Amino acid sequence: MDELLREYLPIIIFLGLAIGIGLVLILAAAIIAVSNPDPEKVSAYECGFNAFDDARMKFDVRFYLVAILFIIFDLEIAFLFPWAVAFADISMIGFWSMIVFLGVLTIGFAYEWKKGALEWV
Amino acid sequence: MVEFFTTTNLGIVLLIIGQCLLVLVPLLVALAFLMYADRKVWAAVQMRRGPNVVGPFGLLQSFADFLKYIVKEIVVPAGADKFVFFLAPMITFVMAVIAWVVIPWNDGWVIADLNVAILYVMAVSSLEVYGVIMGGWASNSKYPFLGSLRSAAQMISYEVSLGLIIIGIIISTGSLNFGDIVAAQDGSFGIFSWYWLPHFPMMFLFFISALAETNRPPFDLPEAESELVAGYQVEYSSTPFLLFMIGELMAVVLMCALVSLLFLGGWLSPIPGLPDGILWLIGKMLFAFFIFAMIKAITPRYRYDQLMRLGWKVFLPMSLFWVVLVSFLAKFELFGGAYARWAVGG
Repeated sequence: MDELLREYLPIIIFLGLAIGIGLVLILAAAIIAVSNPDPEKVSAYECGFNAFDDARMKFDVRFYLVAILFIIFDLEIAFLFPWAVAFADISMIGFWSMIVFLGVLTIGFAYEWKKGALEWV
Repeated sequence: MVEFFTTTNLGIVLLIIGQCLLVLVPLLVALAFLMYADRKVWAAVQMRRGPNVVGPFGLLQSFADFLKYIVKEIVVPAGADKFVFFLAPMITFVMAVIAWVVIPWNDGWVIADLNVAILYVMAVSSLEVYGVIMGGWASNSKYPFLGSLRSAAQMISYEVSLGLIIIGIIISTGSLNFGDIVAAQDGSFGIFSWYWLPHFPMMFLFFISALAETNRPPFDLPEAESELVAGYQVEYSSTPFLLFMIGELMAVVLMCALVSLLFLGGWLSPIPGLPDGILWLIGKMLFAFFIFAMIKAITPRYRYDQLMRLGWKVFLPMSLFWVVLVSFLAKFELFGGAYARWAVGG
């Protein structure tokens, strides 16, 4: 069998087994348990009130901001991974250029901080 | 017979299925007892008895709960998106489970020996956030929606510092493979050769970030009972709820395994001379889980703005600084090469 396939085939099989177990569990309850819905039971839980508008409402823009910040820093981490793996073989130029990159990123981070993007009040 | 399992395609597939079951089944059974242990520790701290009725000392409590979940009715809320409603717990469960395929249990005892193992674990565990956000959205109810937003923001905030801490470890090792990371911690000083010593502050940062990443107390804001009832799980019942619960606990145990492998030397014995083995790894994981359970029992919950402040203004700058520091220490091989394990030959 191909070397690459041999390495990644277990993941596919494990994924299949996990999906199988999950489906069996959901189906087991769907088959075994009684199903007796009535309008009160299936209404959305809102501490005894009737739901008065759609739950998919507008939400705070700060959640959106957190997601954008996450993308910036997660991309940076993805960029760091190959550099970290090859760290032993990297020349001084490679080393210092990453340090400069991190420095630039830190300046951006300080700017965000100063602008109040990280405030949650 | 051996030839059949190593050369023919069918044999290899059967062998892999066997290996997968060998990991998956004991893991799920262990999870039932860990759930029991979690509740017992919590009870002991609060001077209660905890579960003590089903089986000797209540040991079979989790199995009784399991049966109870299966015979409960699945209630689907009226406005829910049915497909996404059932997809969400499946994603949480599946993503938490499949990360285990690359976790080694002993030297070479691993199902998929990837050279990008830790990247795979990071990728899969970050996909778990989709289960949370889909569950909250599909329920079409206000509490789950708000809970899932909070939970998602919290999980992605702390993932950044988790990633940076792992970068520090990789710089020291020069490999993404768990086997290599543990081998790099094998030294003549036993417990003092492990990464917890050179990466000392980062071990705590990793542990606290792991608490936030898995929505455990003191960072269990999505489940803040007093304000959000149970967060994104409010509308779930029966086995879909069970899948969420197993997924969460599985992620906690995965974090215990990561702490053991990255900082506590995996299967290496703490005293030079004693044999290494799987029992050490399991012991370290249980220790980490005990700390998780104790923290749940003794800490009060954070406020949401405090949580975000801690993640972005304390952990992120600290772990970023640590990456730069480690890269300098490794590049110039200071401290006898403690940060450059590839250079001194492990």
